[in-house]
Amino acid sequence: MSTVQRVPLVKLAHARSGDKADWVDFGLFAWNEVGYRIIEREVTAAKVQAHFAPWLPGQVDVWPLPNILAIKLVLHGALQGGGARNLRLDNLGKAMGAALLRMEIDVSLEALEQAQKSPRRGWWPDVSPPT
Amino acid sequence: MTQSIRIGSGLGFYGDNWEPVVSSIERGNVQFIASDHLAELTLAILQKDRQRDPSLGYARDVVPMLLRLWPLMQARGVRFVCNAGGLNPMGAALAVRTALAGKGWHPRIAVVSGDDVMPQLQEAQAQFDHLMNGATVNQVRDRLVFGNAYLGAKPIVDALGQGAEIVITGRVADAALFLGPLVHSFGWKLGDASSAEDFNRLAQGLTVGHLLECSGQGSGGNFGAQGHWQSIPNLGQIGYPIAEVAPDGSATITKAPGTGGLVNFDTVRQQLLYEVHNPHAYFSPDVVLDMGQIELDDEGRDRVRLTGARGSAPTDQLKVVAGFKDGFKSEITWGFSWPDAWDKVQAAERTIREQLSERKIPFDELFVEYPGLNSAHGALAPLPPTTELNQRHEIWVRMVLRTPSKAAADGFGRLFPWMALSGPAYTCGFQGLNNTSELLGIWPTLIDRTRVKAHVEMLEVAA
Repeated sequence: MSTVQRVPLVKLAHARSGDKADWVDFGLFAWNEVGYRIIEREVTAAKVQAHFAPWLPGQVDVWPLPNILAIKLVLHGALQGGGARNLRLDNLGKAMGAALLRMEIDVSLEALEQAQKSPRRGWWPDVSPPT
Repeated sequence: MTQSIRIGSGLGFYGDNWEPVVSSIERGNVQFIASDHLAELTLAILQKDRQRDPSLGYARDVVPMLLRLWPLMQARGVRFVCNAGGLNPMGAALAVRTALAGKGWHPRIAVVSGDDVMPQLQEAQAQFDHLMNGATVNQVRDRLVFGNAYLGAKPIVDALGQGAEIVITGRVADAALFLGPLVHSFGWKLGDASSAEDFNRLAQGLTVGHLLECSGQGSGGNFGAQGHWQSIPNLGQIGYPIAEVAPDGSATITKAPGTGGLVNFDTVRQQLLYEVHNPHAYFSPDVVLDMGQIELDDEGRDRVRLTGARGSAPTDQLKVVAGFKDGFKSEITWGFSWPDAWDKVQAAERTIREQLSERKIPFDELFVEYPGLNSAHGALAPLPPTTELNQRHEIWVRMVLRTPSKAAADGFGRLFPWMALSGPAYTCGFQGLNNTSELLGIWPTLIDRTRVKAHVEMLEVAA
């Protein structure tokens, strides 16, 4: 029997956010196939909407892209009318990708270890991934 | 049989660094540099320039950029395509021509215009609903200050076909800056594209453009992860991405040798999905891209092969981005030191709200955030308990007033300084007098292609 724990996405994935008018979009990327299967299952529109609920009431769209081990997400109505009108220091939502990586998902210890130990599909100059 | 073409990334936005482009030209063996000077927001900035001075309205960095890069490009036959024209492409081209002629350089410069659709937007009965929320443009029509359609690659192809060495456009689809040179070089069908093969090639070219249109973001910059980013070599000497594209559209993303940054499966993916909504229907004036079968093969050592982009016919409409006046803002940033820093900041905020009320200052919103605590993640960054906050060495508050009244914005900062003598103690810094800024809302919409006519003009070479 494997223990399930709550783990932030940052342990399994990387992300970048962008803006277009009033919408924030995210790319969420698994390092490898194992990690992708976990995030594809766990990162649903409902969970993302609940995670960002303190931020916005808008719709969340989610598109899985198994061909590149990634998920595309869009949050509607998150930028108070867009970058030139929004009053925040981070008016373009450049740090929102990090806010997504704080979202917690349920993963078995076993699956988490497998995802973290499986080699990254990308070529990196260092031999071992930083912890 | 045509050889592959190598195209390098120029800037990603107005204010970006052009020094990394030097290595792409000198060591990257490129035939083209395509440079994106216009983020969604930029036209709002250029509009303010143009309001002050009608000869402006273009991205002024293109002049010093070309003074630096043109001699290197000219020596190697590298051609330059950019959208630095902004709201005044002819103004930009004239400024470039004059500056380069001053150094004895006389490139053939083409100006692409026709993207200005303000007249069409102003027509009383015309329908230009907001693309995201369906609102009617009547809400903002009398406050519009610019409106531009995103042109496609065709005018760029035409300009290059007429022998232009430097092409300066107004608003075009960013990726079209890259697709244009590829269509020109390979003779791909564009307006007459009809087969799956035709559209898939355009889709590949568009994807190349999308990967290169944000400079260092496509080669390891802004890599969003915990850890890993530290393994990206030498970001201070980053090489912007370069695409090597074959006549069939297949491409390899790479960068110049001896530069920092990293082109791999992870860094390329972060750019691939950036500012894309539905990845199965990424609209551009020239092709609709489906990323669902894209393959990215990491060959190691900064080479990633790109294949599998699928394309279909573009729609009858072009995207338009318009800007409208939407009030003013003014902001202050203020710090208090320990002890009781949090309580003091709260007391200060209460006083400001009282002042606004007592003086009957008109405003729509008083936005408050605490840099160092919650400005990055807002409500997703829960604040520690008050007792802990009051032990902190310092707490900063940033307050922004949004108001329809310029006078109210101008006066906002002056509500604060008196509290240095008559308010809570140990204030440790105050910023914010005289920073009224006009807010511009963005209005995205669509326009029928038939209502937009692109125009290409070759400038006379200066004597």
